[in-house]
Amino acid sequence: MSTPLLEVKDLTMHFPIRSRGLIPRTVGHVPAVDGVSFSIGAGEALGLVGESGSGKSTTGRLITRLHEPTSGQIIFDGQDIAGWTPRQLKPLRRDIQMIFQDPYTSLNPRHTVGEIIGAPLEIHKLVPKQGRLRRVQELLEIVGLNPEHYNRYPHEFSGGQRQRIGIARALTMQPRLLVADEPVSALDVSIQAQIINLMKDLQKEFNIAFLFIAHDLAIVRHFCPQIAVMYKGKIVENAPREELYTNPQHGYTRSLLSAVPDMRQAVVGGRRERIRYTGKEEVVTTTER
Amino acid sequence: MKLNPPLPSTGATASTMGTEPRNVVLSRSPRQLAWARFTRDKKTVVAAVIVGIYVLLAIAAPILVALGVLNPYDNNQDLIANDSLPIGAFGGISWDHPFGVEPGLGRDTLSRIWFGLTFSFAIAIIGSFFAMLLGVVFGIIAGLTGGWVDYLIGRLIDLTLAFPQTLMLLALSSTVLGILTTVFFIPEGDLARAAYVILVLAVFGWVGVARVIRGQVLSIREREYIDAAKLIGASPMRRWFREVLPNLWAPILVQGTLILPAYISTEAALAYLNVSVQQPTPTLGNVLQDAVRYPVADFTYFIIPVLVLVILVVAFNLLGDGLRDALDPKGSR
Ligand SMILES: Nc1ncnc2c1ncn2[C@@H]1O[C@H](COP(=O)(O)OP(=O)(O)OP(=O)(O)O)[C@@H](O)[C@H]1O
Ligand SMILES: [Mg+2]
Repeated sequence: MSTPLLEVKDLTMHFPIRSRGLIPRTVGHVPAVDGVSFSIGAGEALGLVGESGSGKSTTGRLITRLHEPTSGQIIFDGQDIAGWTPRQLKPLRRDIQMIFQDPYTSLNPRHTVGEIIGAPLEIHKLVPKQGRLRRVQELLEIVGLNPEHYNRYPHEFSGGQRQRIGIARALTMQPRLLVADEPVSALDVSIQAQIINLMKDLQKEFNIAFLFIAHDLAIVRHFCPQIAVMYKGKIVENAPREELYTNPQHGYTRSLLSAVPDMRQAVVGGRRERIRYTGKEEVVTTTER
Repeated sequence: MKLNPPLPSTGATASTMGTEPRNVVLSRSPRQLAWARFTRDKKTVVAAVIVGIYVLLAIAAPILVALGVLNPYDNNQDLIANDSLPIGAFGGISWDHPFGVEPGLGRDTLSRIWFGLTFSFAIAIIGSFFAMLLGVVFGIIAGLTGGWVDYLIGRLIDLTLAFPQTLMLLALSSTVLGILTTVFFIPEGDLARAAYVILVLAVFGWVGVARVIRGQVLSIREREYIDAAKLIGASPMRRWFREVLPNLWAPILVQGTLILPAYISTEAALAYLNVSVQQPTPTLGNVLQDAVRYPVADFTYFIIPVLVLVILVVAFNLLGDGLRDALDPKGSR
């Protein structure tokens, strides 16, 4: 494998727990992300799976640099952006974007769809003012919305349509990496597949790399050829999809797999074994292409 | 750079889109939507009309007094019997005095209540203005900064709430009135007393506003669209003015409509405690202060100002609640 687009090395995020008071003191730490390493090549998709509180969102927010990591490296396109200042980050924003979990709070209710999608163009002065509307309409069309709806407000759209708007906003600056933090878990099951397929198409069309965060394996298995399993702030297993399914190395992965509904078992019937992960185990990483 | 062929996955949506007429797009802004919700609620519309009438009356009163239509100051001893109560049934109601006359001096009750409305409104509006100003500024600062600034403002709020308000404002009234007249050169009498009431309203009233606004700012800051704004490279200034502030107008407006009636009743309470504007200048408060002395002897005189105040406060509160529901139907979103 040549140099990946994103390489994360030993990434750590310890949120300080601060006492409230005139002079707040740090009274402890939450080790949300604890020495995480992985890499994503250009145009590739990595799935990041784990239970609630395992540090998936924090990892995603570190890569988009909404948080500053406690330690570790985030090497994007050959540069370590882990310690960059907001000013240094501004041009980088074009390359790394995010799709959020909640389509209701991720769009400002006071802005029209055109304003939401066009804002990046305005901030980065990418397109002259007259061209913005055309670009917004083009983006609306790309994500499967009516381009004439640029003047509408978010409340006029369904959850799935709102998520498309969020995706259009992320696409505006033609990013090279998209962090999708549980992009479909707030949506109806019937809509989930549509959104996932849309992202798949976009990935192919524009060669965008994805970090796809989900809390179960069923969602990512169609999207990500490589899947990392996260547990208590650590990546316990990082393997190609097939390998992870056929030969899970880590106990926690096995418990995750046992939670995925199995077609064959549903047809044939019979009891399904559910594995509960309790104990400690060695970290197993098998990466192979 | 269009996606072709049409995505199989999005086909369902795309085809429904296609059947929609493309040119006639009936789109409503949040404001239009709020207006629709507002007018749909009958109770709120009635309340708004009543509030509107009150406001018009309060504006008209000084003009009518100047024209001589209203006579809040003239005594009518000829209408008062020997027991100092008005002559005639129902507090001396007549064509000339539709609400009757005051026991004792025989002044026209309608004129006093009507003109009193103007003074009460003026005091409550100015008091609300300063309370809102302080509350919004402190609330925003606390919500935006966090840390020790937020902590200090929080303690200041607690301190204000813990203050034995009624006791202190009675005990301090002469001292503060003295300061207002000597240090700030506010003319003694009604003006100084009005200024004192406004001061009290502002000093104790900003606290509630600040709490609400702080909470709003904190909750807006946590929304994902703020993160999205950071990610597209929006400066802190832009985030504040374009993303946070537009979402604050609604709660500010609602707070304003809710504290105004509260302050009109507070003025009445202060009048009862003798710290508000004094007779002969009428306010709703001092008219009531006089009226509550005659609950049995002159029921008409007692009940009319009470009704005027109750209807005003209820209408304002219904309006405030209706506004909140219209502007913020889901409570927080
Ligand atoms: N800003 C923060 N300050 C303090 N602690 C935080 C912060 N954000 C997250 N945490 C903590 O870090 C841990 C990991 O949280 P994170 O949101 O990354 O989990 P997650 O895997 O995304 O879970 P979920 O599936 O529920 O979204 C949690 O214990 C959480 O309480
Ligand atoms: Mg999460």
